[in-house]
Order: sequence, then C-alpha cells, then structure tokens
Amino acid sequence: MRRGSLRQELPLLVWLVIVWGALWQDFSPDNLLFGALLAVAVARLFYLPPVELSGRFNVLKAVPFAVVFLGRVVAASCQVFYLAVAQGPKVTNAVVAVPLRSHSDLMVTATGHVISLIPGSLVVEVDRSTSTLYIHGLNVRNGEDVLKLRKEVRDTEAGLIRIMGTKEELAALNQEVGA
Amino acid sequence: MNPEPNTVDAVIDAVSAVFMVVGALMSLAAAIGLLRFPDLMSRMHAATKPQVLGLFLLLASVGLQLRTWWVWPVLLVAWIFQLLTVPVSAHMVGRAGYRTKHLHKELLSKDELEAVVQKAAKAARESEADDGGNRTAR
Repeated sequence: MRRGSLRQELPLLVWLVIVWGALWQDFSPDNLLFGALLAVAVARLFYLPPVELSGRFNVLKAVPFAVVFLGRVVAASCQVFYLAVAQGPKVTNAVVAVPLRSHSDLMVTATGHVISLIPGSLVVEVDRSTSTLYIHGLNVRNGEDVLKLRKEVRDTEAGLIRIMGTKEELAALNQEVGA
Repeated sequence: MNPEPNTVDAVIDAVSAVFMVVGALMSLAAAIGLLRFPDLMSRMHAATKPQVLGLFLLLASVGLQLRTWWVWPVLLVAWIFQLLTVPVSAHMVGRAGYRTKHLHKELLSKDELEAVVQKAAKAARESEADDGGNRTAR
C-alpha cells in the first residue's frame, strides 16, 4: 500500500491534535507537542487508506453553507415535530433516486452526510458505480415533492463542490449553472 | 459603557434556559415520532434527527453556564462526533430495514429503489443458475 504524503496526512494530524487538546482541555504548547507526537504515532500504527482530498477549501463559501445548514436543521426539526404530532401514522413517504454530479467518494459521502443530518431525509442506499443516492424522504406526497427533494440534494452537492470540490468539478458546475 | 455584570448573567441564564427547554422539546419530538410514525423508516427520521439540533442546544447551554472557554472545544468535538456518526448509523439501520422489507409499501408515494433491487436480485439469481449449470456440465 502506498503511504500518503505528509501533506495528505496533515488535516488528519491537525484534527487529532485538536481532539487531544480538547479532551485534556489544555492547549498549552507542550501538551500540543505531545499530542502531535501521539498523532503521528497513531497515524503510523493504525494506518488507514488516505482520504483523497481535492486540495481546495473555500472558507468564504463554507461559513454561509454552515449557517444555511443550521437554519435548515432548525426548520426541518420543527417540521418533523409537527408531522409526528399532526399526521403520525398517516404520513406518506417516498424513496427517491438522486443522481449526483460528482463521482468522488468524498463528495458522495459528504453530500449523503449533510442530507442525512437534515431531518426528513435519510440515505437508504448508495450506488457507487453511478454515484446515485437513494433517499427516503418523510412526507413526500406527490411528484412535486419528489422534484423538490431531488433539487434540494443537488443544491447541497453544488454547495459542497463550491467549498471543496476539485477544480474540474467546479468548472463543470459553473458551466452547468451558466448554461 | 459596560453593562452591569448582573444583567449579563441574567441574559446568559435566559438564553441557556431557552436552549435547554427547546433541546428537551426535541427529545420529546423523537419520543412522539417513535410512538406515532407507522414504519421503521419514518421512525428512523424521528429517532435520529432531532438529536442533531437538541444536542447542539443542550451542549450550547452547558457551555454558556460553565463560563470557561476551555469547555467549548470539548463540546464542539462531542457534537462533531455526533454529526459524523448519526448519519452512518441511520443509514445502516435504514438500509437493513429496507432489505428486510420492514416498511409499509402502501405508504410510499414513490419507490425508485425497488426496481433496481429487483434487477440486481434477478442478475444474482441468473449468475447463480449459470454457475450451477456449469458445475453439472463438468
């Protein structure tokens, strides 16, 4: 197996050091240095296949995305609460196939995660060869709701591509939006 | 002009009180959903999702009440781990539930996965039959 370069491993190491500091509630330099040594040791001993990052990360796009995400979580949580009380056993659902633009594992995973975290939608199955997500949506009554759910997923993916997609994915997205 | 320390305290107390009540309401939503929704999949929605917001609000109120910034990274890490694990567990249970047919088909307005699953199952059966045929031929 090919070892990831230090640059590829760096986000993982930084994350491990942050977790170490957070758990000790101590961000003093000596504690962080010891955490960094442990992080390198852990990354060497328990080696995992490297996550293929695109090398881009747009913070300016990430912050509004996070705010919108939180807003949607709040809105959807209230909606699920309302559905549980008002409709209960009579709720109508659907399983919707949503083909994604990107074929990278990272993008498909991230999109599935964000969609699953927003109440009312749940990833039932993933087809990796065609990068299609099969999503179980709560309160999807007709074709119009199906289209709405599909558009929501595609928009989420577009937002994630703008944050951390590869340059090729971004160019394809911009072309699609412009056309 | 600096506000009085007491008013700051009162505001922080009020905000964390609101967060705690709303966070607890989210757990109540999960309980009501578990009782009232008809099948496994819709119960999954109720059981896993309100915790994302409910836990966020409760952790935020803990952070507000403890008044030390050292505690915020721990709470953030706790929430991030929740965000990372909730969709995975929901997906695994939902997937297993779909495959073992623990859902009410009549409550689905559309099912675009069924045809795909049946096609795959048919292909698997056919390849199995082919293998069997080869074995007897030999």
